[in-house]
Amino acid sequence: MRSTRAARRRGPWPAGLAACLASGLLALGLLAVLPATGAWSDDDARGKALFAQCKRCHQAGGGAENRIGPHLNDVFGRTAGALAGFRYSQAMREAGAGGLVWSEATLDAFLADPHTFVPHSRMSFDGMEGADDRAQLLAWLRGFSGAGADLPPAEPTATPEEYGLDPEILAIQGDPEYGAYLAGECTTCHRIDGTDEGIPSITGWPLDDFVIALHAYKGGKRVHPVMQLVAGRLSDEEIAALAAHFQRAENNP
Amino acid sequence: MSKQNGKSGLSRRGFLASAAAATTAVSALSAPAVMAEGRPRVVVVGGGAGGATAARYIAKDSKGAVDVTLVEPSRAYYSCFFSNLYIGGFREYASIGHSYGALAANHGINVVHDWAVSVDRDSRSVGLAGGGSLAYDRLVLSPGIDFRDGSVPGWDLSQQNRMPHAYKAGSQTQLLKAQIEAMPEGGTYCMVAPPNPFRCPPGPYERISMVAHVLKQSNPSAKIIIVDPKEKFSKQGLFEDGWQRHYPGMVERIGPDFGGDKVEVRPEAMEVVVDGEAMKVDVCNVIPAQQAGRIAAVAGITNEAGWAPIVPHTMQSRADENIHVLGDAAHQGDMPKSGFSANSQAKACAMAVRGALTDSSTFPPRFSNTCWSLIGTDDGVKVGASYEATDEKIAKTDGFISKTGESAELRKATYEESLGWYAAISDDMFG
Repeated sequence: MRSTRAARRRGPWPAGLAACLASGLLALGLLAVLPATGAWSDDDARGKALFAQCKRCHQAGGGAENRIGPHLNDVFGRTAGALAGFRYSQAMREAGAGGLVWSEATLDAFLADPHTFVPHSRMSFDGMEGADDRAQLLAWLRGFSGAGADLPPAEPTATPEEYGLDPEILAIQGDPEYGAYLAGECTTCHRIDGTDEGIPSITGWPLDDFVIALHAYKGGKRVHPVMQLVAGRLSDEEIAALAAHFQRAENNP
Repeated sequence: MSKQNGKSGLSRRGFLASAAAATTAVSALSAPAVMAEGRPRVVVVGGGAGGATAARYIAKDSKGAVDVTLVEPSRAYYSCFFSNLYIGGFREYASIGHSYGALAANHGINVVHDWAVSVDRDSRSVGLAGGGSLAYDRLVLSPGIDFRDGSVPGWDLSQQNRMPHAYKAGSQTQLLKAQIEAMPEGGTYCMVAPPNPFRCPPGPYERISMVAHVLKQSNPSAKIIIVDPKEKFSKQGLFEDGWQRHYPGMVERIGPDFGGDKVEVRPEAMEVVVDGEAMKVDVCNVIPAQQAGRIAAVAGITNEAGWAPIVPHTMQSRADENIHVLGDAAHQGDMPKSGFSANSQAKACAMAVRGALTDSSTFPPRFSNTCWSLIGTDDGVKVGASYEATDEKIAKTDGFISKTGESAELRKATYEESLGWYAAISDDMFG
């Protein structure tokens, strides 16, 4: 039984690290039977299927880009918060500066309980409970580390087709000044600094992901009563304005 | 956006202000006098969800072009929202406390810890209990609630330590929690619930849930009685379902059909008299009938019921265009009196004030509200709505409410969402 997030939050991440190293050892046990370095293979259908929980934010594979979250090619061995071109939370940058490097053990610990392992990061994920699931996911993901350029193409985080959205809606240029005003309705619940505390971070998102997400709520294809209410009365122009504002919101809170 | 005008006319003073203020002439007229002394001045009275947010947004969005003073007697703000979770043992007391330091340090707001005791609408100045006065071009009143004298016979503020209200968070909340924890085994906690309208419609019933949560662990044979003058209450189905599941047999509610509207209290004897019948209780939580915080009445902008009518588009008082009223104190229409509502109204007000005092663009106001309540461990529910400004009132356009029979996972997610909201609105008020 997992404790509440508030309780989980009490541990600073080094303590979480200690706890998680223990569970990491479990994963290491499983890893003994897995290849040590990854040449990418599609055999592990389960690991790939588990990645469905990650793919709204992350890409892995040929041409993978930073989206809502950083791309995950060559994540094994990468220092936390250090990928060039991605705007990390302060918490993640500090974790990296404090020596956190992504490995089987640390990735396993992070995936098990992101909010304890790196409190105040922006990753909107409550954790993957099953140690075996995490091991399978990481085994699949490991294939994208150290594999060179010959990878299957990365899947997009979101497409307009997925939600029956007219692609032209993505071409609307939003007015960030109007977005800054409209954002007042968002920041009552979404933290200005982007920290995820039970309500997802919405700062620094790529424009397309932001616009598609709000239209998905507006069209009822993503279900959340508050978000459906808020998005339901936003026009296409207003959604574009909010996307423009939040893309740069971190620098202009 | 054009300003509302011609709606005041409640007094000669209001009429003159209104006539002078058609469209944005208010800023044009007041600007020369103000510019002589520097920036236009806004005084905000009350540092809660309405006032702190308004002060912060006016200062932030005017980029320092408006001189903002916040008048708030408390050095530290303890939020009423989440104070029930403190009573239930889900939050530390310190976690619902906030400082005004960042408003001064990050936004240059002049934070004055004093009571506003008078408003001179002709000379546009606010008198302080400490003796000084503050001149304003626009005054924002966000004073929350005060209690109506005599609404519960036998109770007045002199009795609030024997029978706490705990409906303004702070020492009263700590006192009530201590009294609940000190109840004798099998003792009785009684709440005298308020009549409509009042601050935080689900608040009394979330409190019942939290009291039951505490007593179920420490004093499981204790009883909880609600004496309620209302036929029905917010989220009633959700609360009653939750009490049945978490605290079966513990909570009894006496509605108006059984005399819940005919109550008096005897603090010395620790008795509650319902429809002439006295019962002995161990803790008595009296939440009296409410009205706007006193400064609104002192300013002469309240109606007969004690609330301050406003113009929905700008939150300006209907009696005086130079005064805006926010949050619980405002008589605005369909929004519940909640911290979320006050925060939402504050942004509409801040934009209107900034637009009037500086020559900057404004947009149509947007109002929304969500109220989360905790019924038991990881069992959160919510109700929410969106609103629009009409000429008559802030009118509800759409809404939702949690349902009975939701999965435990969804209820837990709803609770965790409330934690996120608390962190975010705290940033939005004080960050």
